[in-house]
Amino acid sequence: MSGPLLDVAAVGKRFGGFVALSDITLAVPRGERLGLIGPNGSGKSTLVNCICGTLRNDAGSVTFNGHRLDGLPAHRRTRLGLARSFQLPRPFHTMTLAENVQVPILYAARSRGHRGPGSGLRDGAEALLDMVGLGGKAHQRPADLTQIEMRKLELAKAMASDPQMLIADEVMAGLSHREVDEILAMLLKLNESGITFIMIEHIMRAVLAFSQRLVVLVAGRKIADGPPHEVIRDDDVVAAYLGR
Amino acid sequence: MENLRFGLGAVVVAACVFIAAKLIGNQYVFFAGYVVLQYIVLATAWNILGGFTGYVNFGTAAFFAIGAYATVVLHKTTSLPMPVMILIGGVLAGIVGLGTGYLTLRLRGTFFSIATLAMAVVMQTLVTNWDFVGGSRGAYVIRPAKSPLLGGNYIEYLFLLMLALSVIAVVAARAIQHSTLGLGFASIRDDEGAAEAAGVPTLRLKLLATVLSGGFMGMAGAPLPYYVTYLDPASGFSLSYAVNTIAMPLIGGTASWLGPVIGAVLLGTLQQVATVTISSALSLLIVGVLLVLFVIAAPRGIVGWFQR
Ligand SMILES: Nc1ncnc2c1ncn2[C@@H]1O[C@H](COP(=O)(O)OP(=O)(O)OP(=O)(O)O)[C@@H](O)[C@H]1O
Ligand SMILES: [Mg+2]
Repeated sequence: MSGPLLDVAAVGKRFGGFVALSDITLAVPRGERLGLIGPNGSGKSTLVNCICGTLRNDAGSVTFNGHRLDGLPAHRRTRLGLARSFQLPRPFHTMTLAENVQVPILYAARSRGHRGPGSGLRDGAEALLDMVGLGGKAHQRPADLTQIEMRKLELAKAMASDPQMLIADEVMAGLSHREVDEILAMLLKLNESGITFIMIEHIMRAVLAFSQRLVVLVAGRKIADGPPHEVIRDDDVVAAYLGR
Repeated sequence: MENLRFGLGAVVVAACVFIAAKLIGNQYVFFAGYVVLQYIVLATAWNILGGFTGYVNFGTAAFFAIGAYATVVLHKTTSLPMPVMILIGGVLAGIVGLGTGYLTLRLRGTFFSIATLAMAVVMQTLVTNWDFVGGSRGAYVIRPAKSPLLGGNYIEYLFLLMLALSVIAVVAARAIQHSTLGLGFASIRDDEGAAEAAGVPTLRLKLLATVLSGGFMGMAGAPLPYYVTYLDPASGFSLSYAVNTIAMPLIGGTASWLGPVIGAVLLGTLQQVATVTISSALSLLIVGVLLVLFVIAAPRGIVGWFQR
């Protein structure tokens, strides 16, 4: 297919009278690393939720890999290869970490006939946990993890669905300088293997190091879209961030 | 393979239970044992939806009574053998489970529970006004004297059927728990939104759980008219079914197949003893007190004591 992998067209979302997103249009070509930034409450997570089916957009449409997603439940979108991490990690708390990762392997990756990483189910789960640095904890439960490890689990779960696109909603918040570099290196490697990325992040250093293009949301509107170093010098963007 | 081995083990245990009951040679053992076995099936069935997926069903009595009243109808119109009636009762209750599931499973948490309670009330009203099955006056069922199998009287036969049904229900519940389906159920219980994001078709899985759960409840209810020989809506839809079926898994532990079995054997036996030695009102009180104690002090049930 030749069009963009993800095509968001004039998407709008309201919560009661509050307009959380208005007229968002955004195309993400295959293989791109897109950074999505914006002040707190600007609608970044809401946009992710509308793209991934956790919320229904009131206006506009979303197309992924040639499929119209409007009206599809979230699990169908995941199975089409669209994975996301939740900003507040949402682990399956009664399961071991290995089982947490097995859920998307079994229900998303394998539903497409992909075997996912590794060969067996157990190997696949271990490999994913290894990848995010949780290899030794496969048999522990999420309650035993630190907040940071929880974010890594969230990332492993998203990767376990064997996605074509991964939307990472602040997976690096709270991580140390070194850990941010580790995760960045990992995401870059995944991108080289063909996964398209949207990274939502407040850590500017990470966004700038990672993104090939930057989109800025302010109060539910897209105010900038372009090469990162131009966008961050844009007057509107500077004004939005400095509150002028 | 593993399921087959467990199934064979369960059959052996069941055979020992039946032989032991025969050896005791007291009819009361079969009478009381039937009730305990019935609760193993009910509690196991409830747990497939309530324990595995986390959707608390207050409507056990409705599914149970569907099975019982299906038998009343079949008894009046046909001369089918009991196992076939059990199957029909199960299928009917499963279909009703699918219907109510479709209407109510989009509701989360407490709203779902209230909807199932409402469904039970509606069902009871319908049956109470249905003259063919006796309406509020109730229906009499003539029980054959002899068991068609392995000698003894008909109560022994009903005991044997309920024993077989317990084995099937428990083996099924355990197989589900350790399967991909069970992992999907658990993901729904833990976080439905995250389950969807992981590719789990939550609505379809919840419907499946409701059908299985309701179906087994209907099967548990199907022999009831023959056991009691007189069935009226008040006893068929008795609140004690709903209360017991929730209490047993909670006391035993809802996370695994074993919890409902332990809960049903313990509470079921305790209630039978209390009913005989003291009073039946007291037996429900015992359930209530134990339930409160466990919810406060041991929310993961008896099985939870033996895990970390
Ligand atoms: N379910 C909801 N109901 C009502 N309002 C909501 C809901 N979800 C989000 N909002 C509101 O929509 C706005 C956008 O929220 P959103 O979470 O998308 O922001 P964000 O850009 O992700 O912010 P942050 O950087 O803090 O994560 C906020 O004002 C928020 O309060
Ligand atoms: Mg957010």
